[in-house]
Amino acid sequence: MISPPLPGYRKVALTAAFAAAALGLSSCSGSSGGDSDQINVVGFSVIKTAYGELSDAFTATEAGKGFSFKGSFGASGAQARAVVAGQRADVVAFSLTPDMEKVVKAGVVDPGWNADPRKGIVSRSVVVITVRKGNPLGIRGWDDLVKPGTKIITPDPGTSGAAKWNLMAAYAQAMGPSKDEAAGKAYLEKFVKNVVSWNDSARTATDAFVQGTGDVMISYENEAIAARAAGVELDYVVPASTFLIENPAAVTKTAPPAASQFLSFITSPEGQQVLGSKGFRPADDSLKVTGVKGANDPDKPFPTVAELSTVEDLGGWSAVDEDLFDEQSGLVAQLRK
Amino acid sequence: MAALTPRRRFRGAGHGRLAPASALGLGIGVLWLSLLVGLPVAAVVVTSFENGIGDFWQEITTADALAALRLSVGAALLAAVVNAVLGTLVAWVLVRDHFPGKRCVEVIIDIPFALPTIVAGLVLISLYGPQSPFGLDLVGTRRGVFLALLFVTLPFVVRSVQPVLLDMDRDVEEAAASLGAGEITVFRRIVLPTIAPAILSGAALAFARALGEYGSVILISANLTGRTEVSASYMLKRIEQGDTAGAAAVATVLLAVAILVLVLLDLLQRVVTRRA
Repeated sequence: MISPPLPGYRKVALTAAFAAAALGLSSCSGSSGGDSDQINVVGFSVIKTAYGELSDAFTATEAGKGFSFKGSFGASGAQARAVVAGQRADVVAFSLTPDMEKVVKAGVVDPGWNADPRKGIVSRSVVVITVRKGNPLGIRGWDDLVKPGTKIITPDPGTSGAAKWNLMAAYAQAMGPSKDEAAGKAYLEKFVKNVVSWNDSARTATDAFVQGTGDVMISYENEAIAARAAGVELDYVVPASTFLIENPAAVTKTAPPAASQFLSFITSPEGQQVLGSKGFRPADDSLKVTGVKGANDPDKPFPTVAELSTVEDLGGWSAVDEDLFDEQSGLVAQLRK
Repeated sequence: MAALTPRRRFRGAGHGRLAPASALGLGIGVLWLSLLVGLPVAAVVVTSFENGIGDFWQEITTADALAALRLSVGAALLAAVVNAVLGTLVAWVLVRDHFPGKRCVEVIIDIPFALPTIVAGLVLISLYGPQSPFGLDLVGTRRGVFLALLFVTLPFVVRSVQPVLLDMDRDVEEAAASLGAGEITVFRRIVLPTIAPAILSGAALAFARALGEYGSVILISANLTGRTEVSASYMLKRIEQGDTAGAAAVATVLLAVAILVLVLLDLLQRVVTRRA
């Protein structure tokens, strides 16, 4: 021993302090500055392939030349939480507006994000009934789902915010134009009773359905189209009365100008055409989309829905979240007990 | 005897003071553990009491939370016990028996470890779902959840018992047998005391793993609230609802249960080791 030995615990403390300092230093040098040529897209999982094509198409335009994209895609709610927690994002795209409100509340996105004529909505779809190939049960609409013994699969609105669309659809179509709440409740009660699997996400719901669970799965038109395009054995029925799904997107406060240009590109006819080819209904009804692989009729992929309800018809998101989806007092939670 | 002398001397010298190398080792070890385990666990516990003890109690005593906790703890305990017995049997067969294809079995044992849990879930639902080749549909049942837990926790006991069995001195068994002990007596008095600590630690790992299992369970359970919803899924739901405190409260209960069970098993292990 050259120097008098330190008491054991002090050595431990010193070692720990050195190691901590080393860690601290390395983490500082690891972070690099923001790259202004890069647009960070944080979005919900389903939109992944569409955004890949959108970014490619954008960089091919005059405005988008020289930009690169970095995408992060996952469950909408989790993505919103990640952005709130500080994940770098220039363009955010969620499957439903409440997730956007989370990032607005955290100050990441300007409260005026939905001030444009489109109200911040960039892609749309409708709730459909997915059935087994050839529709062996002859499902035509919502009434067929509540027959005794029909087994329904849907993601759980508790874990998959996007599943709220499905339950709103079931509820709203039963209420009808007269907004008969009792009828809506009576239908939803029978509907919930027939649900055999509340999966944690649309992804696992599809997995379970493909593996044979249930007779019908409630999903979105774009997802059914994408699944069929990918070769999954299923069919889908667009009911005469269903629900409009609206996916919002926005730029963050710190985003470079190119991010706004990218967002404008998404909502332009060209961008909507790309989304349309992936099974999303164009935000502009007059835009004709053809050749959609996986659609029931690829050249007339988006049949007009006779009775299309919207979240506004149900009183808006805050009303819906309280009346239908509150974990304790909400109608869905009550019916599931 | 000679082998014991240096150890004694080392013990005398090291008492209360560490050699520089081991001080460094201890420092890094403690720091690593604190960063990786201590910090997140502390954060979870703190979050769960964020809104006071009253709220904590309320969060963990809702019907859904209780059902989820009961299912997770119950199924995990059962899975640990069953795999403690059957895992030991598998390890025994692998060490003591020779049969064609033994190597293959060796590799297969680890598959539940290597398989991403969601893939395991897919495999399980295709085997024990509506399209089951055995006509066994366990989707949406607790038996399905239990089966998934059995699957993912099997390797723990096998892999902890196997090396101990391999190291075991067969002479003692033979001596016992030559003194007239039957096979059962030899196993009970000689083999079991030796491998018991390994069985217990394997079971503890299996229990801990099963307690928080999510991916492999989620497809076959169908996630029916109050019936087949496991704690991990319940917590995810709380988080998704913006109720991190509620999720952390359930996590804290799981943590407490896990610590309790691990401590009990550790005590048991000590008792068994001392008796052996």
